[in-house]
Amino acid sequence: MNRRDALSRVALLLGGTVIGGEFFLSGCTSSDKKIGQSVDFTADDIAYLDEIAETIIPATDTPGAKEAKVGSFMTVMVKDCYDEKQQKIFLEGMNKLNEASKQKYGGNGFMKITPEQRKELLNALDKEQKEHGKNKKKDDEPHYFSLMKQLTLLGYFTSEPGATKALRYVPVPGRFEACMPYKKGDKAWAL
Amino acid sequence: MPGDSLNVHLNTKATAQNTYDAIVVGSGISGGWAAKELCEKGLKTLVLERGRNVEHIKDYAGTEKNIWELTHHNNRTEEDKKNSPIQSKCYAYDEVSKKFFVNDIENPYNEVKKFWWIRGYHVGGRSLMWGRQSYRWSDLDFEANGKDGHGVDWPIRYKDLAPWYSYVEKFAGINGNKDGLPQLPDGEFLPAMEMNCLEKHVAASLKQNYSDRVMIMGRSANHTKQVGDRGPCQYRNKCHQGCPFGGYFSSNSATLPAAKATGNLTLRPHSIVLDVLYDKDKKRATGVRILDAETMKTEEYYAKIVFLNASTLGTAHILLHSVSDVFPNGFGNSSNQVGHNLMDHHYGVGAHGDYDGFEDSYYYGRRPNGIYIPRFRNINEKTKRSDYVRGFGYQGGASRGRGNGEDGIGVELKASLTEPGKWGMGIAAWGEHLPYYENKVTLNKEKKDKWGLPILDIDCEFKENEKIMRKDMMDSAAEMLEKAGIKNVKTFDSDPPPGFCIHEMGTARMGKDAKTSVLNGNNQMHDVKNVFITDGACMASSACQNPSLTYMALTARAADFAVNELKKGNL
Repeated sequence: MNRRDALSRVALLLGGTVIGGEFFLSGCTSSDKKIGQSVDFTADDIAYLDEIAETIIPATDTPGAKEAKVGSFMTVMVKDCYDEKQQKIFLEGMNKLNEASKQKYGGNGFMKITPEQRKELLNALDKEQKEHGKNKKKDDEPHYFSLMKQLTLLGYFTSEPGATKALRYVPVPGRFEACMPYKKGDKAWAL
Repeated sequence: MPGDSLNVHLNTKATAQNTYDAIVVGSGISGGWAAKELCEKGLKTLVLERGRNVEHIKDYAGTEKNIWELTHHNNRTEEDKKNSPIQSKCYAYDEVSKKFFVNDIENPYNEVKKFWWIRGYHVGGRSLMWGRQSYRWSDLDFEANGKDGHGVDWPIRYKDLAPWYSYVEKFAGINGNKDGLPQLPDGEFLPAMEMNCLEKHVAASLKQNYSDRVMIMGRSANHTKQVGDRGPCQYRNKCHQGCPFGGYFSSNSATLPAAKATGNLTLRPHSIVLDVLYDKDKKRATGVRILDAETMKTEEYYAKIVFLNASTLGTAHILLHSVSDVFPNGFGNSSNQVGHNLMDHHYGVGAHGDYDGFEDSYYYGRRPNGIYIPRFRNINEKTKRSDYVRGFGYQGGASRGRGNGEDGIGVELKASLTEPGKWGMGIAAWGEHLPYYENKVTLNKEKKDKWGLPILDIDCEFKENEKIMRKDMMDSAAEMLEKAGIKNVKTFDSDPPPGFCIHEMGTARMGKDAKTSVLNGNNQMHDVKNVFITDGACMASSACQNPSLTYMALTARAADFAVNELKKGNL
């Protein structure tokens, strides 16, 4: 847990809300830049992002990221919550990821490769972004895949299927139990 | 009714229409209390609020939504940051609550030194989004100025305020335990919330390892039991969005409805107070002049007494803007203290870490409250520090994260992130800020806002005593957690500028001497006996506790005094 995590946690406990903890690690930080309202995504873009997200959070006995419409959520966040620098990294990242797929899998873009190949590719990119994050100085640009992964995790676990099926969610708890028994396998609370 | 026996001088019909027994400027946490007390004592009371109306429950739209029903799943947008670069930094600012924060561009001020001023211009003010932590002060706090010579001595002591703390706690609905601490007196509490497993463990460790400090359950204005028609708290932890269950105290849920129920309340939103009117022969305020924010027309309202509850900086603005031959430097400012001695708390520093254990324990519900470690420095000879005066308290808590890191992708990552992870515990300190004359607000001579009013120049900083204390705030946090067996303890200091703790206070301080203070021991202006100030402006020191409960108690006490004086014909 880094400082920002800690602050979020403290804010939560003091009656605040953790707002996209994962995302804010390197995402929506303060910026004076204008909003890039011209950023636009097509249905194909959303389908592509859905498949990236689904590879990160696949359907199991609970819905995956695609059913949770994470691709669409990512586009909303990139459009409204990213500054222009982050938008650029994300958009270029969409191309870079597809190029990496073509290079590795005989000219086949991400949409054409098998689920196994997708997993292999994104695993490699995940290691790459982790390495990048380790060596990154404070003001260095984040790796595009770390942005995609953060948005996927944020979007999925705050989606209806993610919060209510993959996790447990009670909109109005009605009471507080400070210490209740937990057994391995019980789901975590959403929020 | 007491108000009926008061002698009203009416000149014209128009004046009569605009004449009340009392005027309250502001409807936030202290203005709401002034309104309730004055109305209940029979005074026809006009409450002037600069912003729009916010009706309890009806105007809390959005809080019923699930997070996925919010376009950005409760995240701030670039547009939010552009329109409200300061407000959007606030922990309580989210996709639903943002309507309760001002647009910074439309409400400018000048940061002579970095100062983040968090504001809500609407009926209820910041009582809607407040943190709800509610702690009494003790004589350790009221005697501090007199003893160490910083600022001026408080004109009151704990015994003067104790019955009023009880009075406001009973109505407001504060939860907590009676912990028997001299530096943090017990109050009239609703049942306390409970610590979770790790918090209980750390509390026990503290008791074992230290003779001078304890960890207690936080005391908050969330209703653990129903209070009148309010609550109980449903443990959603969305308080700052406005609570449809009335689960916490706000002006909107509690004091304003009580004031309204008397039939004596007139609430006028969109009313920006320009200045306080003064009759130099009678040496009394006669009322206030307002600008209607919708029609842009000015209007005058008259009353026998005026309560200023426009917030620490709002009240200072009104006083500084009310100039006349008698008060060329600002209303009731013969002491030249108005706008000075601005304080906040310094916070955002502490430590956190993980804990191995309690894997078989979890919790249910989202508790809108945490733990509190009351002040333990400079509380007696034994705890006296040679390097700084005053002290700090900690707020914090423990919770269980999700998953075990975020490495990898696919089924394993998903499985990990759907289960609770390790327990973690964090504590952060709130430190006292000494009153310094040079920490001040003044009116900017050139820049005006869209209503033609001069903007505020805010010139405030933390100084040496705060900086030295701050190091102890961080180191002690880490030490206590480590002794409790917390692993991977890391310290943090987000170093927020003054203002950001949203506990700004001190711009029209109370004191014994009219030469060095603005208000007397009854929150009455030394210079103008029928004007009372009971918001944060009145504070002569900042202590380290969250101040709202003290504003409430001071307000109820001052209202009682004012009405008695009025009845005696002294005003």
